[in-house]
Amino acid sequence: MAAFRVYTHGAMSDEALPGASFEDLALPLFDSLYNFARWLTHNREEAEDLVQETYAKALRGFRSYQPGTNFRAWIYRILRNTFLTSRTGLKATMTVPLDEEEHGPMMPVTPETPESILLDQSSRQILQDAIEKLPVIFREVVLLCDVEEMSYQEIAEMLGIPIGTVMSRLARARRALREGLQAKAQGA
Amino acid sequence: MACDLWRAKIEAYADGELPAAEQAAFDAHLPNCAACAADALARVQMKRAMATAGKKFTPSAEFRQRIEKQISSRPKSSRLKAWLPGLAVAAAVLVIALAAGNRWMASQERRTLGEIADLHVATLASGTPVDVVSTDRHTVKPWFAGKLPFTFNLPELQGTPYTLIGGRVTYLHQTPGAQLLFQVRQHRISVFIFQDRPGLDFTSGANGSVSRQLSFNMESWSEGGLRYVAISDVDSGSLRQLCDLLKAAG
Repeated sequence: MAAFRVYTHGAMSDEALPGASFEDLALPLFDSLYNFARWLTHNREEAEDLVQETYAKALRGFRSYQPGTNFRAWIYRILRNTFLTSRTGLKATMTVPLDEEEHGPMMPVTPETPESILLDQSSRQILQDAIEKLPVIFREVVLLCDVEEMSYQEIAEMLGIPIGTVMSRLARARRALREGLQAKAQGA
Repeated sequence: MACDLWRAKIEAYADGELPAAEQAAFDAHLPNCAACAADALARVQMKRAMATAGKKFTPSAEFRQRIEKQISSRPKSSRLKAWLPGLAVAAAVLVIALAAGNRWMASQERRTLGEIADLHVATLASGTPVDVVSTDRHTVKPWFAGKLPFTFNLPELQGTPYTLIGGRVTYLHQTPGAQLLFQVRQHRISVFIFQDRPGLDFTSGANGSVSRQLSFNMESWSEGGLRYVAISDVDSGSLRQLCDLLKAAG
């Protein structure tokens, strides 16, 4: 069962080498920053504007970045803060459910859960639709954890929330995704 | 540990976030608990599906270029840096080409001077060294009219140690020119006059001053589109003096 643990946080070094230029650090993150921006904004133009503004801000503030610390978390934080102050971001955060910080009991995944359907292309689409429908505070946390493979600690630092909140949001996000998938599977 | 307690940690377990000891304990628990094993498997599968489905959007090449341009910290120097190796190679090639060219030019020049020396020697060896025999410059100069595509002036040699013997039409590199023969004491001096052209400007050797080529003394200069080459076995001072007279007349 040890094979379950496919994620080993920290194996990948996110710490910048001292003396690395902004370009060296920021350019490799371009694709994932854009992907994340698209998930946040749901829109190509807005995502491009967001990434462009993020790079501009990061470039201007590069002096405040501490060499040797986590550059990826630093620039993601800039992107997210930029998003939150944008029109789309403000609108998105207004719709946060009031009970989002509730620490509900960890619901077991029922054996009937059709995760196996996720292997094909159409179920990939279903999952993407389910991600789209998630409120932004759940969407970002599950994307950062599962797509960007950030640790709870990194996510907590990036979003400026306690680790406990990261865990509860993750649980909420995944429960919503599972429910979405189940509804789709049963509907089909 | 009771299964309920494990259940509370199953999410962190699937995320690989449990402390190493707990992670190992969970590993040990799973083979004994079908429910936990199925749950953990489902969560890991979900994570894998998310990792794939979440990588949905790719930036356009045009946008990538825009960002690369935006954050390029040293747009000019980096471009220059990229060019530097090429430039170095180009510069090296140029230097080698110039050196080779110089050597080639020098060898060309030596060959031309050698040909001129041959013409001079052949003239001296001939029974009829000149076609127009005259000490009078007013006879020799008109003789060339119609035979050469250019004209030139000859100095008055009265009161000098030099005498004009005559002249003939000669050829160098398939182009016609005048060869004038002078005498000073027992020495003959040939003065060749050609239309100036590249390959006749003797930059490294006999240009403007007397130099020794193949044990002959030579002097060459250019004036009014004409290339003059004087060659003789006479001493350089005497050669120089005749050249000065010719230059003054030109």
